[in-house]
Amino acid sequence: MSALKGLRFCDFTGQLAGAAATKWMAAFGAEVIRIEDPTNNGAWDVLRNNPPFVDERRGTDLGGGFNNHNVGKLGITLNLKTARGREILEEIIAKSDVVTENFAAGVLERLGFGYDRLREIKPDIIYVSNCGFGHSGPYRDFKTWGPIVQALSGLTFNSGLPDMEPAGWGFSYMDHTGGHYMSMAILLALFHRMRTGEGQWVDMACCDTGLTLHGPALLDYTVNGRKARREGRPIGNRSEWPAMAPHGIYRALGEDQWIAIACRSDADWQALAAVIAEDWANAPQWATLDGRIAGQDELDQLMNAWCSARDKFAMHRQLQDAGLAAAAVLGARERIDEDPANDHFDMWPTVTHSAMGDVRVDGLPLRMSRTPQEISRGGPCIGEHTEQVLTGLLGMDIEAIAALREEGVI
Amino acid sequence: MTALSGIRVIELANERCALAGKLLADMGADVIVIEPLAGAVSRGYAPFAEDIPDPERSLHWWHYNTSKRGVALDWTVPEGRDALKMLIGGADLLLEAEDPGVLAAAGLGDATLSGAMERLIHVSITPFGPLGPRSMEQATDLTILASGGVTMACGYDDHDLPPIRPMGDHGYAMGEHFAVQAALTALIFREAGGEGQKIDVSLNAAANVTTELSSYNWLVAGITLQRQTGRHASPYISMPTQYRCKDGRYVNTGLPPRTGKQYELMLQWFRGHGFDKDFPETVFLEMGTKHPVLDLAKIGVDDEVTAIFSAAREALAYASSQMTAYEFFESAQKANIPVGIIYSPDEAFEDPHYKSRGFQVEMDQPQLGRKVRYLGAPYALPASPWQLSRVAPMLGEHTDEVLAAAGIDAEELRRSGAII
Repeated sequence: MSALKGLRFCDFTGQLAGAAATKWMAAFGAEVIRIEDPTNNGAWDVLRNNPPFVDERRGTDLGGGFNNHNVGKLGITLNLKTARGREILEEIIAKSDVVTENFAAGVLERLGFGYDRLREIKPDIIYVSNCGFGHSGPYRDFKTWGPIVQALSGLTFNSGLPDMEPAGWGFSYMDHTGGHYMSMAILLALFHRMRTGEGQWVDMACCDTGLTLHGPALLDYTVNGRKARREGRPIGNRSEWPAMAPHGIYRALGEDQWIAIACRSDADWQALAAVIAEDWANAPQWATLDGRIAGQDELDQLMNAWCSARDKFAMHRQLQDAGLAAAAVLGARERIDEDPANDHFDMWPTVTHSAMGDVRVDGLPLRMSRTPQEISRGGPCIGEHTEQVLTGLLGMDIEAIAALREEGVI
Repeated sequence: MTALSGIRVIELANERCALAGKLLADMGADVIVIEPLAGAVSRGYAPFAEDIPDPERSLHWWHYNTSKRGVALDWTVPEGRDALKMLIGGADLLLEAEDPGVLAAAGLGDATLSGAMERLIHVSITPFGPLGPRSMEQATDLTILASGGVTMACGYDDHDLPPIRPMGDHGYAMGEHFAVQAALTALIFREAGGEGQKIDVSLNAAANVTTELSSYNWLVAGITLQRQTGRHASPYISMPTQYRCKDGRYVNTGLPPRTGKQYELMLQWFRGHGFDKDFPETVFLEMGTKHPVLDLAKIGVDDEVTAIFSAAREALAYASSQMTAYEFFESAQKANIPVGIIYSPDEAFEDPHYKSRGFQVEMDQPQLGRKVRYLGAPYALPASPWQLSRVAPMLGEHTDEVLAAAGIDAEELRRSGAII
C-alpha cells in the first residue's frame, strides 16, 4: 500500500534542496509532475548534465545526481513564456494538491504564479517554496546554495579543528536537510488540509532551518552570554556536551585510514585500557573523566600512537567486543558495497532509467511496515512524460499535442 | 489550529529521538516525554544555565524538549510497564530510541504493541536498525557519522589531519529528520482510513544517504571523493572557495562566475570598490565578459579560459582581503554575486535577517525568573503555526495530571515505586 497515493504535486523543484522533498513524496506513491523549460532543456537544474555519468555519454538526460534525486517522478516540458503554456500549467495546478519549488525568491511570482494566483486557480492549494532567505527580510533578493546556507547558519563555523580555518562540510548538508524540512512542511500542511480543508503557503528560508540545528550552543549564548567565536573553538572531533574523553578520530594503519572512538564513561575507559594493555593506559590520571579531559592533548597523542599501528577493522571489532562505541571510518566503497549493516534496509535500490539503464541510487533509511517506500523508476528524461500527462491528466488528444510541439509550447 | 493538535505522542526520553519529539511538539502535538525516576540522561549534559550543574538547568534538555509535557515513570518494573502500556494505548504515536530488544525485554515488544493497538504508529530509531550483524553495536553520534561516510567527506586538504565530525549531533538529527517525515506520512495514511504501523529508522543508514556526491559518485561511476578544506569533497583537487577577510573572519565564495553576464556584474562590483587599480589580472575579467558561457571543461586545457577562471577566483580572494567579512557578503550579494559570510551560530542569531523573520522567540523561564531567547521556526506554516507552547518540563512535572487523565491510580503506582 502507498501512504500518499492519490496526491498530485505540480513540482518545480530541482538540484537537491527541493528535489529531496518530492523524492520522498514519489517514493510513497504521490504523483509528482516535474515542470521543466523546453527552451533550455531544463538547464535550470544544473544536475541534469553534471557528473557523475554512467559511461562516456554526456547530455541533459545523463546526470547521475539528477537521477538520484528525481527517481519515481514524472517529467514534462512547458514553455511558460507562451500563453498556451501558462494555460496548461493552470490546468495542472487545478488538479494538484501541492505546488513545490526552490527557485530564488520571487521567481515563480514573476512567472505569474505567486500564491495569490495559485489560490485563485485552486483555493485549497498547498504551496511550499524553499530558498535561502525566504520571501521576506533584508536579504530576500540574495542568492544562495548549500555551502552559502551552511556559512550563514553557523554550520560551517562549527566544523573544524581548534583555531584553524573552518573545515566546513564536504557536501551540501543543507540541501539534504532543507529538503527534509521542506518535506516535513508539505506533510504537515497536507495533514492540516485533511482536517480543515485549508491550504497555505509555506515560505521556507533554508538559513532559518539551518540555524535551528544549534540548540544547546545557542542557548549557551542567550542564557550564559557565551559566544562561540573564542579561543580553542570549534573543538574538532572532541565532545563537550556530553563530556567524553578520549573522543576522536584517530589514525589507523595504512594511508588515510582512521578509527572513531567515543569513551563515554569511566567504565568505558577501564574497558579501553584493558584492550590497549600498555602501561600508560593504567596511569591513575586517566581513570577519571576530569583527568582525561584535563590531559586530553596528551591522551589524544597516546591514542593516535596506539591506533596508528593497527588495522581499523581489527580495532573496530576488538573495541566493540569490549563494549565500546568505536567504528572504522568508512569511505564510499567500504560503506556501500562492503558493510552488511544496511542489508536490512533497501539502501541502494536499482532503478531503471530510460537513457542511463539500470543505476543504483540513494534509498531511504527506514522501513514502514504497512506502507513501504517504492523506488524503482529512474528520474525522468527531459519531457519524457509530457504526452502521458497531457493525455492522461488533461485529456488532450495526440493532434493537440503535436500542435503544441509545433508551437514550441512543449 | 496547529497542524498536529489532538495528536498524542508518547516519547521515551533518549537523546537519539528528542529532536524528533520536539519537531512534533512544536507543531502542536501533545508530546509526553517519559523519563526514568532519576531523570533523562541528557539532563546531565552541559552547558548549564549560569553554569550551575543541575538537572533542571541543562540547556541541552531545555532545547530538545520544548513544548513537551514530562512524566517520570519507571517502566522497567511491572506496575510502571502496565501504566506505560495504558499511556501508549491512548496515544497516536510511540517515539523511542531504545536499543534493539530493550522494549521486548520489558514486556513491550512489537507483538504486544501492534497486537493491542491497531492504530498506533510506532517509530523506533536505532543506530543500525533492529536486525543485522551490526544491530547490537555500541554507537554515538561520532561513530555514526564516521561509519556512515559523513566524516570522510569533511576535513582539510591536508590528509595528515583527521576527517572531521561537524559539531552538533547531526548524526542523530539526520535519522530523526527521516523519522519525522515517516511519522507524518503514517499519520496521513491513517487519517485517510489506514491503520497504524511500525517504522524502523537506522541512524547509520540515514548518514549513508546524507553525503550528497560521495554516495552517488560511487553508485554511478565507482568514483571516490577526497575531502577538502571548506568545500565539497571532489574526485580532483578543486580551487579554494573560502577566504579570510580583513577582520580575520572567513567567507565562502561558492562558484566563480561562468557567464559573460556574470563577469560583467563582477567587474562592475570590483571597479566600484576601486579594486581593479591594484589587481593587474582585471584584464582577464574583462576578457570573461566576452564569453557568453565559459566552458569549464577547458580549464587547464585552454590558456585563456584557465586564466579567466583563475582571475575570477583571485579577484574574489583579493576583494575579501580588502573588506570585512560582512562588507564582502553584503556588497557582493547586492551586486548579484552569491557569497556567504561564515557566521558562528550566535552571530547568525543576531543578524538582521533572522531578527526580521521573528526568529528570536522569548519564553518565560521559571528556573531563572526571567525571559530567555530561544531559536525560532525551521519553517513557517501560517495556517497551522509552529509554536513553542511551553518550556521543557521539570522532572515529573506532569506525572500526576497525565496519569489522572489516563485513569491510572497515581497513589497505587507510587506505592509500587514506579513513580515518585
